[in-house]
Amino acid sequence: MPQLANANASVVIDRLRAWKSESISQVIEHRGETTIVVPHQLLLATAKQCKEDPVLNFNQLSDATCVDRFPNEPRFELNYQLLSIPRLARIRLRTSVSGQQPVIDSLEPVWPGANWMEREIFDLFGIRFEGHSDLRRILLPDEFEGAPLRRDFPVEGKR
Amino acid sequence: MVLNMGPQHPSTHGVLRVLLELDGENVVTAVPDLGYLHTGIEKSCEDKTYSQAITLTDRMDYLNPLGNNLVYCLAVEKLLGLEVPKRAQYIRVMMVELQRISSHLVWLGTHALDMGAMSVMLYCFREREEILKIFERFAGQRMMTSYIRIGGLALEPPAGWRQMVKRFLDMMPARIDEYEELLTNNRIWHGRLKGVGYLSAEKLIAMSTTGPGLRAAGVAFDNRKAFPYSSYEEFEFNVPTRTESDCFARYLVRVQEMRESLKIVRQAMGKISDQGPIKSEAPGIVPPPREKMKTEMEALIYHFKIFTEGFSPPPGEVYVPVESPRGELGCFIASDGSPKPLRVHFRGPSFVNLQALPLMVKGQLIADTVASIGTIDIVLGEVDR
Repeated sequence: MPQLANANASVVIDRLRAWKSESISQVIEHRGETTIVVPHQLLLATAKQCKEDPVLNFNQLSDATCVDRFPNEPRFELNYQLLSIPRLARIRLRTSVSGQQPVIDSLEPVWPGANWMEREIFDLFGIRFEGHSDLRRILLPDEFEGAPLRRDFPVEGKR
Repeated sequence: MVLNMGPQHPSTHGVLRVLLELDGENVVTAVPDLGYLHTGIEKSCEDKTYSQAITLTDRMDYLNPLGNNLVYCLAVEKLLGLEVPKRAQYIRVMMVELQRISSHLVWLGTHALDMGAMSVMLYCFREREEILKIFERFAGQRMMTSYIRIGGLALEPPAGWRQMVKRFLDMMPARIDEYEELLTNNRIWHGRLKGVGYLSAEKLIAMSTTGPGLRAAGVAFDNRKAFPYSSYEEFEFNVPTRTESDCFARYLVRVQEMRESLKIVRQAMGKISDQGPIKSEAPGIVPPPREKMKTEMEALIYHFKIFTEGFSPPPGEVYVPVESPRGELGCFIASDGSPKPLRVHFRGPSFVNLQALPLMVKGQLIADTVASIGTIDIVLGEVDR
């Protein structure tokens, strides 16, 4: 395990390990930020635990976004920035999604604010969120074809 | 009845379209429809070198270009592990606080205009002009400044900048009093804003709202205090809060924030020394001074390399949050070790805060919807990016 820059991250890791050891598949430390890599199928449960565990108390989802690692597989990486306002602590959860079947559980049941963030990812990356209440395009017109933020989509657009 | 509000409607502050389902004059549901200003800034960033992308950030939240420059540069500097000289950090703080005042002025002016108070708008834009003049002297540009660069600043502060900023600081408190005199005890203003657009702190947090909207609900969360950046920990200021969480509380919080920003600018002026570097020493990342470039071989090579291929931060991801006038402005950058970012994502506070609109206006009048949209303070350039 890498050296952790802040005490908060080790608290999160300890609490999550104590809750379910398989919920953490990897811990990445980069420039003082800690990323917890969560297995695809445990994302929703882990997010719920991060919010509901009174010690962790991550009551806000700051941001959710996707990185496309094309042509690697699994190509998509979802990054969730969690914020605990009472504790003034942040952590990042990450999970991978395959290119063949870009489907993942929605975090809307945990943080309703995930709604538009996930719609944006759906719109621009074409990842479907299971259990989302209103999964429609948000920025692009409904008739738009393709997912423009994928790496194999040309910057100039398709003609 | 379904009413289509916008995208061309003066009170939507740009091109926001809201579908209102009405029962008489009461709103049953409101469905915001976005994307009319989507320009694919995040995609364009992926095809530019790290330094080239700065100009794109100006164009997102066009009332806060310096804040956008700052968050992007902080994120790239974090990726690189680059330290910025103190003098540059203080100038950055001063500039973004002036920007916060100018952004709040535009908000106050346009919001008062929406509510029918014409004169406030004229006063606010008069003072904003003074700030834009300061920016023009510093950066050569009034709005699309690109003044904050990776590793420091674009230019040395102009001659006579102290007098300019001081003149503004001396003038401004009385001007804010003037707005307050016009509005704070105004019965029409109360009638239009009090009790309108209420949402509990719990719901606001759940909807990921940040900024003045959240602080007006009694949650004193401010990234400048919670996660200080650019030496904010050295400044003394308060985080104004209210507990009513209605449009009037949001108004009071913003006015108070302008006064706090003046305090910060005053402190920053004291901290900025007349001499000292405004860029870090980082060959290969920060372009060398022109003098050096013409006399030293290495400097010339670095200069050439920066502008032809750029520089390559080590692979990894960072997320940097700052407090923009509208809330948490975050920048997420993923690097794959090449001179162009693999992914740049901006967490725009306008985009996220707008999510709470349907909850705020449910059951209220159409006119209250205008007030609620106004006090969320959206900038469509940032919502749509």
